[in-house]
Amino acid sequence: MAIKKFAVAAYDDEDVLFPAVSKVRRSGYKMHDVYTPFPVHGLDVAMGLKETDLHIAGFIYGLCGTSTAVGFISWIYTIDWKINYGGKPHFSLPAWIPITFELTVLFAAVGMVLTFCYLNQIMPGVKKHVFHPRQSDDLFILTLELNNHTSEADAIAFLKSTGAKETSIQMAEESWWYGRWDKKEEYEALNA
Amino acid sequence: MNDRFEIPARLRNTSLALIGVGVLTLIMGAVMLLSGNDMDKTRFWAVLLHDSVFFTFITGVSIFVQAAVSLAQGAWLTAYRRVPEAIGANAWIFGTIALIVTLCIIFGFKDSHGVNTIYPWVTPGTDKILLGKKAFLNPTMFIGFSVATVALWGFFGNKFRSYSIAQESAPKNDTKIYWKVFRLSGVFLIVYGLSQMSTIPWLWVMSVQAHWYSTLFSWYNFASAFVSGMSLIMLWVVYLKNQGNLQLVTKEHMHDLGKFMFAFSIFWTYLWFAQYMLIWYANIPDETVYFKLRQHGPYSVIFYANFIINFCMPILILMARPSKRNYFTVTFMAMVIIFGHWLDFFQMIMPGPLGEHWHINWYEIGTFMGFVGILIFLVSRTLSKSSLIQNNSILLKETAVHIA
Repeated sequence: MAIKKFAVAAYDDEDVLFPAVSKVRRSGYKMHDVYTPFPVHGLDVAMGLKETDLHIAGFIYGLCGTSTAVGFISWIYTIDWKINYGGKPHFSLPAWIPITFELTVLFAAVGMVLTFCYLNQIMPGVKKHVFHPRQSDDLFILTLELNNHTSEADAIAFLKSTGAKETSIQMAEESWWYGRWDKKEEYEALNA
Repeated sequence: MNDRFEIPARLRNTSLALIGVGVLTLIMGAVMLLSGNDMDKTRFWAVLLHDSVFFTFITGVSIFVQAAVSLAQGAWLTAYRRVPEAIGANAWIFGTIALIVTLCIIFGFKDSHGVNTIYPWVTPGTDKILLGKKAFLNPTMFIGFSVATVALWGFFGNKFRSYSIAQESAPKNDTKIYWKVFRLSGVFLIVYGLSQMSTIPWLWVMSVQAHWYSTLFSWYNFASAFVSGMSLIMLWVVYLKNQGNLQLVTKEHMHDLGKFMFAFSIFWTYLWFAQYMLIWYANIPDETVYFKLRQHGPYSVIFYANFIINFCMPILILMARPSKRNYFTVTFMAMVIIFGHWLDFFQMIMPGPLGEHWHINWYEIGTFMGFVGILIFLVSRTLSKSSLIQNNSILLKETAVHIA
């Protein structure tokens, strides 16, 4: 949660974007993110993003679901409220497997969706700074994170040299926030 | 691209040695077991039935895979399509062996009381249940469905392969053969649905306990066969890769096969459990008789081993992405899965005829080795007859850049 300075470049072609991304990685500038209107195959590899650990989280959520189901059902039927169902033993594991399976899937699925939303900072009602109004339309937006020691002019010149159609310097909140767009006016004041 | 497979002398010698072991076992079995008591005779035929049925099913899967992938217009198989083609083109040979064995059992086998202990429906006597099932369970039906299945599998297995070879000499970007295979695939899926997924497991496997029945038995058989058939394809792909063939096959293609091995192990468990739980829950004596022998009786070791090998091991070992892309783990798991499903078929077939007198001994292992030898011999011979890459296939580029 901090307002930072970004150099923003807009590209109108994937074939320009990919070389630009690898030039940025070689240049030493800190890449904040790349925004595209559609999923671009291989962009994650080009950006050097590491493989997600989401599935490990999913496995752990699944285990939680399994143990919740088995623990809770066995506590009910062997300790709390024993009922004789057609002469079956109180501890009847086969009968519980479907419920256990469902809870495993439910925990894993819901947990993974929430974790995915958290990792990607998306959620209903949550606001994020939009670097370019056309980033969900027809432009690819590459953002560099600048600090007080980086020259804005150099960054812009560098982005232009990679084939950017438009460039700008923006002060922006880097992560998500909950609530109103009010902050937007602060940015506009800052960016002005 | 030229990618020929010359059968290495070592592979040929191994396969011939295994066939030798098999033939020797068969002769020893014929001498020692056929002259023995009723149980020995039953064991002789039941083991042959078990292995021939198992190998027919797992080789037949290769034809099904080709048909399903052709129909879905998938390109991931094209890089090593010659492997399932070579396995599928030989499925009818195992089918013929199974046919000979089952016909010998139906017409040439009775115990000292004049009862056919493997296929009790052949000699129903005054048994009301067996007489009631006579409309379906009789030699004519059996021979009709079996011969039709083996013939059609042979036809389609060889047809897919010959079209694939014909594509190599077809004009570039010609899609005529591609659509022919597409249409044939649809027809084969119907054939497969009426054979492997319904009638054949009823007749060949389920009827060893003719009093008992389960409506999802064939589907369960198919799941068992499918996962081991995929493992078989995996073993051949890894072997050919180690020989320096199949340059187009990357870890992405291995990952796909690994996913099938993983996912269909879970699918098998789902069907296995669905069958078990309903019978356990309803607790009707007619039905529980099947699991009485297997779970609590003399087969309990195999029953639990079956679950551990075919469910716990694949789910824990193959779940992670790196393990599906590692040659050692996939080879190891493929062998484990094939062995596990061999055990699965063992515990489906043996309890009916043999009861508690089961063995996994020289005869069972020798017969299994013999069939493995035949499989290696036939498949390597077919593989060496044509290029290992389907040149001129319209999916060649797509398969080369495939990402799992």
